Amino acid sequence: MLGIERVRELTQQILALSKADETEVLFTGTDAALTRFANSQIHQNVAETNTDIRVRVVCGKKIGVASSNDLSPDALKRTVDTARVIAQLQRENPDFRALPEPQPIPRVEAFVEHTANFSPEQRAQAVSVLCKKAKAQGVVAAGAFATTALEIAVANSRGVFAYHPVTYADLNTVMTAETGTGYASFTHADARAVNVEALADEAIDKALRSRDPGATEAGEYTVLLEEYAVHDILNFLAFVAFSAQAVQEDRSFMKGKFGEKVMSESVTLWDDGCAPDTIALPFDFEGVPRQKVVFVENGIARGVVYDTATAQRDGVASTGHSLPAPNTMGPLALHMFMAPGDTPKRELIRGIERGLWVTRFWYTRVVHPMKVLITGMTRDGTFLIEKGEVTRPVKNLRFTTSYLDALNRVRAISRETKLFINDWGGASRRVPALVVDGFRFTGATQ
Amino acid sequence: MRDIANRALNIAQVRGATYADIRIVARDTQRIAVKNGRVEALEQDETQGLGVRVIANGAWGFAASSRLEMSEVERVVLQAIAIAKASALTKARDVDLGEPVVSKGAYQTAVKIDPFTVPMADKIALLLQADEEMRRVNGVKVTRGEMVFVRENKTLASTEGSFITQEIVESGCGIVALATDLRSGEVQVRSYPNSVGRHQQTRGYEFIVEQKLVENAPRVAEQAVALLTADPCPSDDAATLILDSSQLALQIHESCGHPIELDRVLGSEAAYAGTSFLTPDKLNNFRYGSEVVNIVADATVPGALGTFGYDDEGVPAQRTDIVKNGLFVGYLTSRETARQLGLGQSNGTMRADGWNRPPIIRMTNINLLPGTWSVDDLIADTDDGLWMETNRSWSIDDKRLNFQFGTEIAWEIKGGKKTRLLKNATYTGITPQFWGACDAVCNEQAWVVWGTPNCGKGQPPQIAHTGHGAAPARFRNVRVGVIK
Ligand SMILES: [Zn+2]
Repeated sequence: MLGIERVRELTQQILALSKADETEVLFTGTDAALTRFANSQIHQNVAETNTDIRVRVVCGKKIGVASSNDLSPDALKRTVDTARVIAQLQRENPDFRALPEPQPIPRVEAFVEHTANFSPEQRAQAVSVLCKKAKAQGVVAAGAFATTALEIAVANSRGVFAYHPVTYADLNTVMTAETGTGYASFTHADARAVNVEALADEAIDKALRSRDPGATEAGEYTVLLEEYAVHDILNFLAFVAFSAQAVQEDRSFMKGKFGEKVMSESVTLWDDGCAPDTIALPFDFEGVPRQKVVFVENGIARGVVYDTATAQRDGVASTGHSLPAPNTMGPLALHMFMAPGDTPKRELIRGIERGLWVTRFWYTRVVHPMKVLITGMTRDGTFLIEKGEVTRPVKNLRFTTSYLDALNRVRAISRETKLFINDWGGASRRVPALVVDGFRFTGATQ
Repeated sequence: MRDIANRALNIAQVRGATYADIRIVARDTQRIAVKNGRVEALEQDETQGLGVRVIANGAWGFAASSRLEMSEVERVVLQAIAIAKASALTKARDVDLGEPVVSKGAYQTAVKIDPFTVPMADKIALLLQADEEMRRVNGVKVTRGEMVFVRENKTLASTEGSFITQEIVESGCGIVALATDLRSGEVQVRSYPNSVGRHQQTRGYEFIVEQKLVENAPRVAEQAVALLTADPCPSDDAATLILDSSQLALQIHESCGHPIELDRVLGSEAAYAGTSFLTPDKLNNFRYGSEVVNIVADATVPGALGTFGYDDEGVPAQRTDIVKNGLFVGYLTSRETARQLGLGQSNGTMRADGWNRPPIIRMTNINLLPGTWSVDDLIADTDDGLWMETNRSWSIDDKRLNFQFGTEIAWEIKGGKKTRLLKNATYTGITPQFWGACDAVCNEQAWVVWGTPNCGKGQPPQIAHTGHGAAPARFRNVRVGVIK
């Protein structure tokens, strides 16, 4: 970690090197460690220190981007020069107006010293607890324990300087009991908040109950989706539907539906990068403060996220959801929430006459973006529910179903929510568990 | 480089590591993306650093840093050793790498035209021209084009005496047309040469020229628009299906390439990517496919995306039989996993995604060897079936048994002829049943080594670039048309 003053100095130094009309620097500092275990022992254990700068220069209406993780004075100059040479090769972008002006950025405390200083011994200690508990039950433990500290800063020649340090700890485990597996994970800004014993118990219990799964027919089921599965639903909605670019390109079901009912009345979805109960990042990669954006309110379509480019196209203000330049994907919701309901999670199962309990989805992919039609598998704890009770484990099923339709058939939402951070891209999601009717399973593994 | 390497290995040995290696890697990436007639992204990225892997107290540790300074080298080595000692707290047995590997040498991708010397303006012009050709077609909503060039220089040195330098160069490109119809909510896409952004090989700019993006652009756009009004793929539980070589490449990747990774098989990926149905008892003892199915792992194919000189453990690139006349005969191995199963020497598939990741078992080029059929003969020989082309969606379970793929485009085959155009084509199956029902593979003339530049695996996540040689092949009794 370089700290705010050193990062400020570095970004000013880079801005001073640039002779372009406008210049932006994105700084990312990473101190990340991850302890991986399988067969109830650590088999991979890594740490990484990196500092990366990404320079966007604007010459008139031409834009170039170069990045480097070499912070020597020569390299900084080379990176700025490369960005400018590239910009000069560019064609004019008539849509481009200017880099963002400085705006007040809320201060959100997201850095926990203890997480940043978490040692390999402490991670190994936690893994030992998981492995011992597993062995005691004749179960095999696998998983990963990551502790990460990041510094993110954006500075530009119009006076933007935004800096944010953040930490998170993420522990996940798959326990295997012969033919059964069980999953559990936990994410928090503070590594001390990870309750290793509870996590082990959750995954072991599920693995033991998953043994000797039986067959079940493909078809439509009422499903109890645990938070792990709901997390996947939000990831896809963010990607295919809740971005201004998807709407502008006619790829999102939100197009033309604002103010109309698109989901069950109980469903409210939003993004808030400044919330205390997420892995916060109060500004985007252009240095624009992140606004709270409501996507769906009591089932009614409300809005999508914008970056500067898509906002200009629609004549509105950026909501602070840009990705790092040069970005071809458009804006993205990185801190999504789904509103909890009023049913305690343990009571969700009541009233399900016949259905499936789904712990987690796996290898999910878009089949049709407009319908949010997704295919994937269930994994690590799938059970048959009969007359309001789990009766037996079943073999994993393939589903091909519309996540949009699923959120139109929500029967109940848990009171509790759970926080997740994505392996790829670091987006965080806070979600409840759900009961959904008419979830379509299209095949079983023999 | 040699100084840094020697210093690192020296400190490691003095401080109690029984094995250590260091990789010093510098990677340059150039990316150009155009969209709707505009250059959307021009970007040049460089990343460099060192990664040190050690065994201490019989367990693994790895640490990496972007700072190539002597003081930092020392810190990183000590950190790796401390991590290894922490790993040892849970160990069941000591890591055993088997016989030492002592490789000395240099490898360089054979490049006719160095892509980094081709003016960026020329690359932009080519992409914009292809883009314009696509936009000329009525009904096209979004057009995209992309080129990516990579140059990676890496040095590997180990305490066993290996010292290797390699330069790997890659060139990749692709174009995409998207057509939409708001009234019906239909979104259709066509890509060329391959989907998911691009096709890529370890070759120079000559690869880009050969792809003829501009010449193919009108067809790509016309097909995207035609798909909007095409009939949907019919549902059938026992269809005859011919896959084009690019879709087949992904089928090989997902249903053969991943389950033969021996680290997966032995449980190392249980919590993340998953395990494998190809358990050790099945080696030399399991019918993976029909007699015509022959698959090799070959890191030596000139120009293929998974081709290199040495893997990141210093083991020379090799060709290994994986499936022989339908029988499952080989895994992708590392030194540690080959030793664990008593398979002799590693077959050299350990690769790291850059300086900041440890090597893990990755596909090299997993190739379905060509058969005897010409494409025309195969279609003529098919009375009632489907031709599916270019991947659109993919999904497979954690043991790599139950898969479902969708393709961008399909045609009905009736009476030995490609006839009706079909949209939203999907097929699904169980790996050994599917390959067991393969009754024809096309010949060398139709064989292409596709590049997959986006294979994700591991925690922390790593992306590998893999190759897959394939020619169109026919499968019987396949369930198709899974979408309502
Ligand atoms: Zn893959």
